[in-house]
Amino acid sequence: MIAVLDYGIGNLRSAEKALQHVGADAHLVTDPDLAAQARGVVLPGVGAFGACSAALRRSGLDAVARDVIDRGVPFLGICVGLQLLFEGSDEDPRAEGLAILPGRVRSLAPSERLPQMQWNMVAPVESRPSRLLGTVATTSDGGPEGAGSMWFYFVHSYAPMPEADAACTVVGACDYGGPVVAAIERGELFGTQFHPEKSGMNGLRLLARFAAACGEA
Amino acid sequence: MRVIPCLDVDRGRVVKGVGFLGLRDAGDPAELAARYDQEGADELVILDITASSDDREIMLGIVERAAEQVFIPLTIGGGVRSVADAKALLRAGADKVAVNSAAVARPQLITELAGELGSQCVVVAIDARRRAGTEPVRQADAKFEVVTHGGRRATGLDVLEWAGSCAERGAGEILLTSMDRDGTELGYDLELTAAVGSTVRLPLIASGGAGTLDHLVAGAALGSASGLLAASIFHFGRYSIADAKSYLAAHGIGVRPTTV
Repeated sequence: MIAVLDYGIGNLRSAEKALQHVGADAHLVTDPDLAAQARGVVLPGVGAFGACSAALRRSGLDAVARDVIDRGVPFLGICVGLQLLFEGSDEDPRAEGLAILPGRVRSLAPSERLPQMQWNMVAPVESRPSRLLGTVATTSDGGPEGAGSMWFYFVHSYAPMPEADAACTVVGACDYGGPVVAAIERGELFGTQFHPEKSGMNGLRLLARFAAACGEA
Repeated sequence: MRVIPCLDVDRGRVVKGVGFLGLRDAGDPAELAARYDQEGADELVILDITASSDDREIMLGIVERAAEQVFIPLTIGGGVRSVADAKALLRAGADKVAVNSAAVARPQLITELAGELGSQCVVVAIDARRRAGTEPVRQADAKFEVVTHGGRRATGLDVLEWAGSCAERGAGEILLTSMDRDGTELGYDLELTAAVGSTVRLPLIASGGAGTLDHLVAGAALGSASGLLAASIFHFGRYSIADAKSYLAAHGIGVRPTTV
């Protein structure tokens, strides 16, 4: 079972549905004990960083997130769910992240229309093959896909700025008034600033690769 | 640039008319939505254009069915009057909710929606009409007026002021429809779109009047839109999403490829 952490914010059904669509046994989970037993955990997030951070703590699922990441259970943070892995965000300076990765979440370039609400092309970091982005062939269908396969849907005004230790986790970036972190990966810890559950076929393929990392589907 | 088919729904069916009159049946909303996703549309907008209380349940059912098969962003609008209405749509599977008349009547609604749900899912739909005697260009200010209730009601609000106010209140996106052009297939009102685009820094979807692929190019290049909404050119099979995207790309406008 893949647990999609349900901490009472926004529309989390889409992540659950998309995972189910690719054959994973995914469910929204509010019970920390149940989430701790999952083969994979997804932390979605929409809205403001501070609101998500507070809601995650209230739900008690923040401890589960730390625990499963410590134990090497495959974990995927999506959008604000990725941002929460860092120490904090300029969006809500007093709110704290999980601080699993060093660095803060910063505003995107003010020269651009904000939020970035569009499809954008993710450029993989060549020296860092990614299981999540499918730039390393770990499964029979993990080989390179066509030129359109790296387009994903973004909705955000902030993005993580990883510090030294975490910078090496960046496996993909997009350009929006400058380089923007789009995907991170460190062992079984994955994160996307974009929304794979809203990125059509490309997003479904990415989620299928995550499900495979969980031993699902 | 996002290419966004729009499904106007009346009593559970997709319809399309000229200036909201003379409606023509264009099929089942959930089926059409799934088809556009598969064809490479970047987002979908579904608007309940009757939005009477009887239709609310029908619409929720449509959203649920569409969300089962659609894995691109889904904006739902029509008759959203409260945070509770918006939450019901999000629960059914919407990613964004569009508000129109109710926000004009009570602008605080935008603040409430943004506060409760986050700006990323708050789209303010603005229906705009040129004031009499302002086509072509005559005076710079207050040229466009906000209209509501499907264009039947004038508000006296200046479109540019209203768009600015929506942005301040936390809107995440503006869906701007020219009521003069809607359904005419004469092209977007580029002056309107560019004016709003230079007034607010939010993502802006141009709507109303797309009839040819050149209209899409003009909307992107001259209208400063970040999304292009169209209905009849796609519904009745004149152009495919792929046609639209390859034409935009050939004119130097960045689009997500429809083939992966």
